[in-house]
Amino acid sequence: MFDHRPSRERLVVVGNGMAAMRAVEELLARAPRRYDITVVGAEPHGNYNRILLSSLLAGEKTADEIAINGRNWYAEHGIRLLAGNPVTSIDPLAKSVTVEGLGALPYDTLLLGTGSRPLVPPLPGLGLPGVRAFRDIADTEAMIAAAGPDRRAVVIGGGLLGLEAAWGLKRRGMEVTVVHLMPTLMERQLDQTAGELLQSALSSRGIDFVTSAETEEILGSERAEGVRLADGRTIAADLVVLAIGIRPNIEMAKAAGLYVNRGILVGDDMRTSDPGIYAVGECIEHNGQVFGLVAPIWEQARVCGARLAGDPDAVYVPPPVFTSLKITGIDVFSAGSLAATDEADEELTLHDPGRGIYKKLVLRQERIVGSVLYGHVADGPWYVDLMRRKADVSAARDRLIFGRALAERQFAS
Amino acid sequence: MSDRSLTRTTCPYCGVGCGVLASSDGGVAGDRDHPANRGRLCSKGAALGETLVDADRLTHPEIDGRRAGWDEALDLIARQFSRTIAEHGPDSVAFYVSGQFLTEDYYVANKLMKGFIGSGNIDTNSRLCMASSVAGHVRAFGEDLVPACYDDLEAAELVVLTGSNLAWCHPVLYQRLAAAKETHGTRIVVIDPRRTATCEIADLHLAVRPGTDVVLFAGLLAHLEAKGACDRSWMAGQTRGFDEALDAARKIARSIAEVASITDVPLDDVARFFAWFTTTERTVTCYSQGVNQSSAGTDKVNAILNCHLATGRLGRPGMGPLSLTGQPNAMGGREVGGLANQLAAHMAFNDADIDRVRRFWNAPRMASKPGLKAVDLFDAMLDGRIKALWVLATNPADSMPRAGRVRDALRACPFVAVSDCWPTDTSRLAHVVLPAMGWGEKDGTVTNSERCISRQRRFRDAPGEARADWWMMAEVARRMGWAQDFAYTTSAEIFREHAALSAFENDGRRLFDIGALADLGDEAYDQLQPVQWPLRRGESSGAARLFDGPSGRSLSFVATPYRPVAVPASNEWPLVLNTGRIRDQWHTMTRTGVVARLMTHRREPALEIHPLDAQRFGIAETDLVRIESPHGTTVTPMRLSTDQRRGEIFVPMHWSDAHSSAGPVDRIVGAAADPVSGQPELKATPVRIEPVTPLWRALLLRADAALPDGDHYWSRVPVEGGHAFDLAGLDVLPEGDASRAWVQRLLGASPQAELVVYADPARATFRYAAIVGDRLEACLFVAREASALPDRTVLIAALNAPVTPEARLLLLSGCATSDMTDTGPVVCSCFGVGRDAVCGAIGRGASTVTAIGQALRAGTNCGSCIPELKSLLRELRAAKEPANA
Repeated sequence: MFDHRPSRERLVVVGNGMAAMRAVEELLARAPRRYDITVVGAEPHGNYNRILLSSLLAGEKTADEIAINGRNWYAEHGIRLLAGNPVTSIDPLAKSVTVEGLGALPYDTLLLGTGSRPLVPPLPGLGLPGVRAFRDIADTEAMIAAAGPDRRAVVIGGGLLGLEAAWGLKRRGMEVTVVHLMPTLMERQLDQTAGELLQSALSSRGIDFVTSAETEEILGSERAEGVRLADGRTIAADLVVLAIGIRPNIEMAKAAGLYVNRGILVGDDMRTSDPGIYAVGECIEHNGQVFGLVAPIWEQARVCGARLAGDPDAVYVPPPVFTSLKITGIDVFSAGSLAATDEADEELTLHDPGRGIYKKLVLRQERIVGSVLYGHVADGPWYVDLMRRKADVSAARDRLIFGRALAERQFAS
Repeated sequence: MSDRSLTRTTCPYCGVGCGVLASSDGGVAGDRDHPANRGRLCSKGAALGETLVDADRLTHPEIDGRRAGWDEALDLIARQFSRTIAEHGPDSVAFYVSGQFLTEDYYVANKLMKGFIGSGNIDTNSRLCMASSVAGHVRAFGEDLVPACYDDLEAAELVVLTGSNLAWCHPVLYQRLAAAKETHGTRIVVIDPRRTATCEIADLHLAVRPGTDVVLFAGLLAHLEAKGACDRSWMAGQTRGFDEALDAARKIARSIAEVASITDVPLDDVARFFAWFTTTERTVTCYSQGVNQSSAGTDKVNAILNCHLATGRLGRPGMGPLSLTGQPNAMGGREVGGLANQLAAHMAFNDADIDRVRRFWNAPRMASKPGLKAVDLFDAMLDGRIKALWVLATNPADSMPRAGRVRDALRACPFVAVSDCWPTDTSRLAHVVLPAMGWGEKDGTVTNSERCISRQRRFRDAPGEARADWWMMAEVARRMGWAQDFAYTTSAEIFREHAALSAFENDGRRLFDIGALADLGDEAYDQLQPVQWPLRRGESSGAARLFDGPSGRSLSFVATPYRPVAVPASNEWPLVLNTGRIRDQWHTMTRTGVVARLMTHRREPALEIHPLDAQRFGIAETDLVRIESPHGTTVTPMRLSTDQRRGEIFVPMHWSDAHSSAGPVDRIVGAAADPVSGQPELKATPVRIEPVTPLWRALLLRADAALPDGDHYWSRVPVEGGHAFDLAGLDVLPEGDASRAWVQRLLGASPQAELVVYADPARATFRYAAIVGDRLEACLFVAREASALPDRTVLIAALNAPVTPEARLLLLSGCATSDMTDTGPVVCSCFGVGRDAVCGAIGRGASTVTAIGQALRAGTNCGSCIPELKSLLRELRAAKEPANA
């Protein structure tokens, strides 16, 4: 069924997610006709903004609204889309991939965007119905189906994804308890003060929290009925959502003999150990880093797209990473260091508990190395920009935390 | 202001005595018809309306801190005075009164003490102000007379200002003089250890060593004689003592070189001054506190008067000695006899005068000898001789030298009553506090420095139960048994009696005679136009000048030997402390201290010091300074000034414990008094200083004036809507829980206030704002250096306007936010793009999400806001289309 006599180089893209498709967009923007492109995706849709799954769950957005490219977009760009057919293996020597149900698909250049999967703790009861991860549209739809008034959910994990899941379920009328291993929420993105502000804001919206708590078992025989914690407490639940983190999907690459560690290893040019195979997104590891946030992935996509288009100079330099939480009315922003790590680091803080606003900047030698913003995040990107530029902020230090509009006047004067 | 609603009255500040047009709503303007100012006002006078604030006034009598009725309070004073007099005699009680008194107040006080209680123990803060001039005038003229008038400043060709910072202390006369200089080039010589603001118009400034004025004028007298400038024929007719005075002068000032050496002024400058004086017939010499507030003040006055007597330069236009009084009614007090060593109406403690006054008053118990002068009066409280004191309209706890000792005296005195408009550091030590009427409320007369009697008129209601001072004293007198003698119901009655006494058996013996006013009807009193005395019965106009013809009396030269300052600087006390006024403040700031704009010229009680002296004592520009004398110690801020002579420092006299932790400078000022006048030497106290390096500085704004205590220096100024405090830390900032308590205490915020906090611990920068609803209650900015503190005007504005949620976040930046563009609620969090910015881009033609992204970067990172961008595109398109349809 495939055309084996291509007029153009064949690019096969494994993964129809945000990273790979952004790389394709970047490619098309530079060299729209260069490749004969086939996209193979495990999910049966066009691609969508995974970041907005929480908005879909919360009912704030529809599936259409979170779509990035519909099927007609692929057609318009002459891209063959095989959605719902996962790739099962890669043969780098033969330069082909095997598509479930469809057989071998040869390529000249391969782009892997296999993404990640939820990290699943080794808990008894994991396999019970009513236990879901929060990763894709299918998970989201399952959670929506399980949700309803008078129903209870336990979300395991008080990180970004877990909190967004908890809020979405709360919006759907469920009683929600978040079980978190650490003392404060989102501890990788927020310092203690911001984490506490966040917890109190979510508590006031009716979400219950159990922090410093380890889940030991998912209870239930026919289906999930609750969780038991290490201290013996049990929490009843009709739905248990796992959101303790993600793990790169590397198995297929590993089986194909590509170098992998935590993720598929890539260089600054986004190539794997096989020069004919690129990889981007949550499946890769670059310089010991794996990725879950969007900014560096967009940058990977840009470099990859440029490389695919023939630009030999495109090089990936990790941008400063920043996070924001998508819970309506709760603004959180974080980038770089969360706190002073030694005596050379200095912290600036602005705290307005009455309005639920907190800002922290971490400086090192008069340069911003970190920022935690809660409640008022408009200047977050500016701080990230100053971080990226390693700008000396001493001239505006006294105004810095009050935002760009004020501080830039000081810079100017 | 329409003329109809205006009341003609007289300014309550300095001795210039300017006419003011005032309306009850607080509007003021200079009175063009008043001879003193012809419509001019100074910065203080122009701000008089802003002092008419009832909020801080005393409004009801208090006994031991509790509210009391008038009857109860007056009964208590009468009883305490009567009992004390009965047990310990009339000299065991005293009044300490004020140049803020109207003449009528003064008259009743003086009559009660000297004629009915029977003691001379009534003294006044004029003792600190004009006593040396009074004594000098009496010695030279036989009576306390000021021969010249203000017009002479304009008619003069040479004006010598000695010990007078006219520009700041008598600003309207300064304006008149400056204008005269402008039009006909009046030559001006300023004699002052400091290069003051007055030196701006000086042709010559002699920065004399403090206390050497006598040598300078003695040298001048000798020079005048040597140059043949003395008017021997004029002298022959009406003076005595010239030869003795000349001998004494020659002894201490044998040459210009010697004068230059003693006064520490360049020889050429001395010579130029002498030459100008010698050759300029139309010369006026003005003198004020720099001359008076001296242990040799009386001799200084006479050294000056000698030069005018020797040249006959008085009594004619453009010449004469002109004493400039400090207070609005220092002269009126002197006319009444309100000083302890005067009797009444320019009569003295001699048998004839005592008998004359006794008969006039029908007095049961006349004082037979002078009473205690201010310094001695308070000392007598300490050793128990004075057992009951009534202080009226003055604040000796701040304004007396050795103020700490004076406070001890007030505490030691078994009974102290205080009448005032405001609570003061003195009223806080009183058993009975009485609320007095203030300017605009009371009604009577004042006399200015040129003998001009003007009316202070009532144009507003007094707050609460405040009463006139004369009424309080008359009520006490009535309760002590002298109802008939003090049955006054109006100030006019009192004034008529005062005028009658001035003419009583006068027969030309006393130049102070206002007999023409003794029969003034109530209506005429009300309409009284400014008039200069003497104004004898039958005369219809006063006299601009005295001695403008043969006076029939013998004027006296006084030999003035040179006595240096009472206590010279030494190794132990190496610097000489001078004190004085600043431009925009009055006395202990009870009145001016409530006016925000009057605190903007100088907001702290800063020590002024020559930079080389600062260096010598290791004081850095950002330091505070500890000043110590044998009498006390204080810590003040500092300003470097090359206007100071080396070895001398200056501290303004106005601050009190209510305005700064530095407190009154008079705590450290010595009380060495002139042997003749009893006026203390307020301008030459040897002190030592050392740097105090603050560990932090802070600016605190809060609604009330409550004083933040702690281990820090503070000073307070009123601002619109509250008070601003400058703080400087003498100890490290508290940490941890102590820090929270410290902040709460300083802010003094209400319990429901929300605290916003900014911290940059590495820079020791901390900022706090206490907010209730949309109102900023208080804020505190702490930094290592004062220069790192914000511009207070922005914060003051925030105290007075609702604080919007947006502004609330920016408040602690200390920056004005008015010119910042607000971009509306954030749409794109990744790039911080607000709704307004997006709408703006759409308005400018961005019609797709991509176009918005290109314009603003919005939506180009995580894409989460793309749905919002789309919906904004839809909204704006929809809004547009119907308009196009």
